[in-house]
Amino acid sequence: MQTRRSFIKALALSASIAAIGAPIGAHAADTIKVGILHSLSGTMAISETALKNVALMTIEEINAKGGVMGKKLEPVVVDPASSESLFAERARQLISQDKVAVVFGCWTSASRKAVNPVFKETNNLLFYPVQYEGEELEKNVFYTGAAPNQQAIPALEYLLSEEGGSAKRFVLLGTDYVYPRTTNKILRAFLKTKGITDADIMEDYTPFGHSDYQTIIANIKKFASEGKKTAVVSTINGDSNVPFYKELGNAGLKATDVPVVAFSVGEEELRGVDTKPLVGHLAAWNYFMTIKNPENDAFIAKYKAWAKKNGVPNADSVVTNDPMEATYVGIHMWKQAVEKAKTTDTDKVIAAIGGQTFKSPSGFTLTMDKTNHHLHKPVFIGEVRADGQFDVVWKTKGPVRAQPWSPFIAGNEAKQGL
Amino acid sequence: MNRLLMRLALLFVSLACLAVPARAALDPALIAGFAGDFGSRVAAIEALGVDGSADARRVLSALEAGNLGVVSERVVITDGDEVMDAASGDKLEMAVTEVDTITLNNRLRRSIATANAAFALFSASPAERLAAATTMRENATETMTPALERALAAEQDEAIRTVLEYALAKINLGSSDTAKRLKAAEALGGSSDPAVKNMLSALLEKTGEGKNAMWVESSAEVRAAAEASIRAIERRISIAQTAGTMFSGLSLGSILLLAALGLAITYGVMGVINMAHGELLMIGAYATFLVQSVFRSHLPAYLDWYVIAAIPVAFFTAALVGVVMERLVLRHLYGRPLESLLATWGLSLILIQAARVTFGPQNLELANPSWMSGGIELAAGVVLPWNRIVIVGFAAFVLVLIWLMMQKTRLGMFVRAVTQNRPMAGCVGVPTARVDTMAFAIGSGVAGLGGLALSQIANVGPAMGQGYIVDAFMVVVLGGVGQLAGAVWAALGLGIFAKFLEGWAGAVIAKILVLVFIIIFIQKRPQGIFAVKGRFADS
Repeated sequence: MQTRRSFIKALALSASIAAIGAPIGAHAADTIKVGILHSLSGTMAISETALKNVALMTIEEINAKGGVMGKKLEPVVVDPASSESLFAERARQLISQDKVAVVFGCWTSASRKAVNPVFKETNNLLFYPVQYEGEELEKNVFYTGAAPNQQAIPALEYLLSEEGGSAKRFVLLGTDYVYPRTTNKILRAFLKTKGITDADIMEDYTPFGHSDYQTIIANIKKFASEGKKTAVVSTINGDSNVPFYKELGNAGLKATDVPVVAFSVGEEELRGVDTKPLVGHLAAWNYFMTIKNPENDAFIAKYKAWAKKNGVPNADSVVTNDPMEATYVGIHMWKQAVEKAKTTDTDKVIAAIGGQTFKSPSGFTLTMDKTNHHLHKPVFIGEVRADGQFDVVWKTKGPVRAQPWSPFIAGNEAKQGL
Repeated sequence: MNRLLMRLALLFVSLACLAVPARAALDPALIAGFAGDFGSRVAAIEALGVDGSADARRVLSALEAGNLGVVSERVVITDGDEVMDAASGDKLEMAVTEVDTITLNNRLRRSIATANAAFALFSASPAERLAAATTMRENATETMTPALERALAAEQDEAIRTVLEYALAKINLGSSDTAKRLKAAEALGGSSDPAVKNMLSALLEKTGEGKNAMWVESSAEVRAAAEASIRAIERRISIAQTAGTMFSGLSLGSILLLAALGLAITYGVMGVINMAHGELLMIGAYATFLVQSVFRSHLPAYLDWYVIAAIPVAFFTAALVGVVMERLVLRHLYGRPLESLLATWGLSLILIQAARVTFGPQNLELANPSWMSGGIELAAGVVLPWNRIVIVGFAAFVLVLIWLMMQKTRLGMFVRAVTQNRPMAGCVGVPTARVDTMAFAIGSGVAGLGGLALSQIANVGPAMGQGYIVDAFMVVVLGGVGQLAGAVWAALGLGIFAKFLEGWAGAVIAKILVLVFIIIFIQKRPQGIFAVKGRFADS
């Protein structure tokens, strides 16, 4: 109760400050403001609310250990309500009105593309924590999620291997927007280098929020039954995944016959699904909650305790997932860079962050690349278990350097740096 | 001593039925593969399947349970704190923590399923034997031939024999004996599996270039048999697929109908543009979730029936919310469609936010009861899921209920009277205000039932209703405002139309085409499929 009251007080305080239009003044001297830009309502609230939570938890943790350069971090949370134009508006508000030093936020590629110009114009920093399609490299953005070669390509290599079932035909299934279309373009080019012809690739898209997967599942079955071992690569995003997996289970398409590997389905998304019929389907990420190591145990315990303390709904069943881990790592990387640069000045932080390392809950020490603004990350392939968690069945030997400009798209050879 | 006796007995059993070489326990060479790389593990599983002895089963079930492991090249089974040698079953002096457990993945699971099926071919229960034979038909490789032949020799049941013969035929298509291949090609004509079709068409191809071209299948007789079989299979597949698409359309139609039926009453009959209709669906789905939670915590034994118990709960919860909405807001806005549109839109936002605050922004997990899971297989590749079959039936049930209520009850008569001529109905003593409330409550309750049905196939989250409101209005407008029958035809027609389009053009284009079709249709026929006839048509 105490925290809620003080939160309301803080809210009232900041509202009144904003209303008077007074400069932050003395207040700013002993804290550093950081912005949190995640949708807390609308369709993406499902995924992004947890990222807001983990960001607040990480800031609390840093403050408890004395803050950054002796100053406490002060989070400013705004809600862009899953709307791209609001993302740009709220980002501008965070930077010019609240004077934040850095922003942690965004989930969909569409929202990131909407805020990119704002960060460029104001020369502020964005830490983007979600796997994405690449083909972008902004000076003001740090990408702590996976580039295609840190998720999609290894997943396909696994499916092609004997261990993964030696798939010879592929269904590329996605939601109809920039991330799935670009990823599938890269994957198609990659499959061609592996000797898979166009006749053995089926590509299909559904609108956002599509909920009737009968026809698509029937098509997949038909495609799969035409000989050769088939696998499905799903870039379906958001809550369409629930009806998709439900239909998959009821249509009797088992993972042992036609495995589905997903790039946007993690522990959080599976909370809304009865996972028993899905056992054995795959997901590729750079982190899974089931990974066993001391850092991860501590991370999960911290988040559970935070959720309970802050009255998150269903606090006893909260899970951690890959973008949450990426948020956690991103905030720590920024803190280390600020401490090295001894200032929150954007250009100095950018110069200081390259080469920073952090022992992450994935069990590996992650390094921020010196030039390309991406993390070196390990890749894991997990199989869905009956309890909605994942069993890691395959992983890379160590962290992989990101290739934001995929070598499988023509004309990318020249664009490697910023 | 006991163990020795048991082994002796086992020895005789295996000698008698399986004719495998005599041995005291499992041949360690058979399972040595588990200590090797991935490929040798798969081979070891298949070898165990063919072996079929009780020891082989023991090792395989340990693997399935995640209890099989390797300690320095030695294959062992763990059981609690104990470690045993996998081949002999002798207890070993070592800690469980030393064992490197073999993790399963899909490829291994598939091999295990085939091996288990090889065991089950000799089960006492015909149902188990049939299931096993079906699995073998899908997955059997040449290594399984001995097990299949043994099973076929012992099998009495005709249906199981047919499946086994298919399985063997698939393997025998590659046999060097022409007579065997001919028999196999003929037998496979009885299948309706596209995979079999592919195997057969592979025979009709030529290898090599120009003059050196050789038929993959050398015998013309076998090729003719294969062609005939392919035609038979293709016919069966195309019938099954058309039936499958029809069913998908029917299923989509029934969902549209359930989403729109409540609206057909509140909008179609009463003329209230209720933008919060989608949220009434959401309330029905959330009520279903609450019933499921109560069953989980208090009546776990009856969990499978929570959906039935949720029917009245979903209906009355949504109806109650409908009554409150009508009493507090809508009754002041009758005859002012624009204001009621705005007011109900506001209500919908309030309801969404209320659900988000109470239950959290996450989607809720609603499990299909076991009797609604899975499906019936019409033909290979065409499965009608039970949850969709049940929902089609449920939609019909709700429709009949509404029809009876509107046509056969006093309340239904009042509703019809008030909607046709409010002042006149009032003059003859119909309590119009109360009838409005009742009609709105029923429309809302039906929306609640729609939400219950949706919870079994779609997402349950605070904003779920938003996805259906447009579809629901589409159905009501297309069907003709004021008509329940119109809504039925429009929903089923749209469902089947959309599914055939989707199969042909993909989901994104199909959605656009459906909207274009409706715009054109409404342009040409603004009154919808069924027009209200008579004096009140224009009022």
